[in-house]
Amino acid sequence: MKIDDAVKILTFLCAGSSILVVFLIFGYTLLEGLPFLAKYGLSFLTGLYWKPYADPPQFGLLPTVIGTLSVSGLAILLAAPMGVLAAIYLAEYSGSGLLRSFIESATQLLVGIPSVVLGFVGLVFLVPILAETFGGWGFSILAGGIVLAVMTLPHVICISSDAIKAVPREYRYASLALGASKWQTIRRVVLPAAKSGILASIILGLGNAIGETMAVLMVVGNPEVPYIPTSILDRVRVLTSTIVIEFNYAVWGSDQMRALFAIGVVLFIITAVVNLLAFHILGGRIHAKGI
Amino acid sequence: MRRGSEILIEILTWLASLIPAILAGAIISFLLFNGASAISWRFITGFPEKGGLEGGILPAIMGSIYVSALCMLIAAPIGIGAGTYLAEYAPENVFTKVVRFFVELLAGIPSIVIGLFGYAFLVHGLGLGFSILSGAIALAFMILPWTVRVSEEAIRAVPREYRYASLALGASKWKTIRSVVYAAARSAIITGLMLGLGKAVGETAVVMMTAGMGVAGYIPASPLDPARTLPVHLYLIAGEIANTSEGLRMAYGTALVLIALFLAVSIPSIMLRNYFTRRLYGDAG
Repeated sequence: MKIDDAVKILTFLCAGSSILVVFLIFGYTLLEGLPFLAKYGLSFLTGLYWKPYADPPQFGLLPTVIGTLSVSGLAILLAAPMGVLAAIYLAEYSGSGLLRSFIESATQLLVGIPSVVLGFVGLVFLVPILAETFGGWGFSILAGGIVLAVMTLPHVICISSDAIKAVPREYRYASLALGASKWQTIRRVVLPAAKSGILASIILGLGNAIGETMAVLMVVGNPEVPYIPTSILDRVRVLTSTIVIEFNYAVWGSDQMRALFAIGVVLFIITAVVNLLAFHILGGRIHAKGI
Repeated sequence: MRRGSEILIEILTWLASLIPAILAGAIISFLLFNGASAISWRFITGFPEKGGLEGGILPAIMGSIYVSALCMLIAAPIGIGAGTYLAEYAPENVFTKVVRFFVELLAGIPSIVIGLFGYAFLVHGLGLGFSILSGAIALAFMILPWTVRVSEEAIRAVPREYRYASLALGASKWKTIRSVVYAAARSAIITGLMLGLGKAVGETAVVMMTAGMGVAGYIPASPLDPARTLPVHLYLIAGEIANTSEGLRMAYGTALVLIALFLAVSIPSIMLRNYFTRRLYGDAG
């Protein structure tokens, strides 16, 4: 009896540790970022110039925020249509044979490929191709968007296909019995019923894209002084790449290091909001098997 | 006409569903094609020479093994414990809802934020410095949600009847969990943890900010030594020396070793995992 109680308490503590870890992470990041936010206030988010070495230093994040939004937005624009189509095939056409198993395994494999490897392939393969095709550097929003789309696609596929599979069979039977074709049934009955799940998969994909670091970092170019991009071929900085690049030069305790933690707070809040939204839409259970 | 467009749509969705496989295949063959010539015994077991332009990557391989092994030593027991509580002990109450919510929240935190936190809390706050230990703890925080989820899923999948039979024989709850539930869920838990290991091996940002960049030319001797892992090594040499053809060859070789390590861990576990899911849930899984 004693051992049973001890095990119950021990496993309870293990379960509670996730809560503790989240608070620790948010608390520590906020602790380091708050003095900076208090000193610079809203000019941090609306400022146009990021010059940490100028005198006085300037920490304007707006071009970087726009960089993040344009790269992730492009990634979702590329990944969402393909992902939903693939999910439709997996859920409606594939049956349960070897092919489906193969597709699911490949999707799981793709999601796990280390992002630094994807970034490297982007750097040595994609960037030169873009430079040759469009001129310029090759490092661009476009390069970042393509690499990120590769990383986002499996998320969209997995969660969308689960949402589509969760639509009750009876809906399909009813539509088919009325004489609708298979595609009419999918388009008019199944997809509308799975709408919120598909939306959640796209939101989660966007959240993933915003938080992704290495792959984007290696292909977006990261100009010394970030500027607001006017073309898809412009080089940009994103929130995450700024942290990695300046982390190596910033001194612990300096305004510059604190600025990086403030970016961390911004990232934490963006991704938390995105996840909460998806959590809410999906009714308390986000992650399907595989991811 | 209608028949034709129906088939067209099916083909279109079929093509879309093949994209992940095509992408994964293309990336792996691209690295194999360009990196194979860099792989040699000296590359795997040697130390970097001439700033990484020649020689091998043994320190990075060992760094990766140390950091991810220590990470699993931390994350696996906590994950299994949490999974056990959620699947066996917890009634569906507010606490378990809150736990699940926070597990999802933690899973959604960008790895770079965990890296920053690790730098502030582990490297500076606890004074662990840039070290294998800091890197392993930060990585463990990152994959904790994964280990919790796979453990809970695997334990839940064990049929109730197993537990009833054991309890009816007079075994205590813990005895039942230990001897019956864990035994039945073991393979599924292990394959799930292996997939988590694959994530840990490939992670770059978190490790770079907590285990440091290390010194490429030496193998760490204690958990408090800094270490350079394979992904960090790849990132650094891709930025520094990949402009020369020798440097590029070394970068391709490093990427190939990294992806090979990842595939060696992931492919068997993905296949086994699909097999278990299929067996347990039938078609619906």
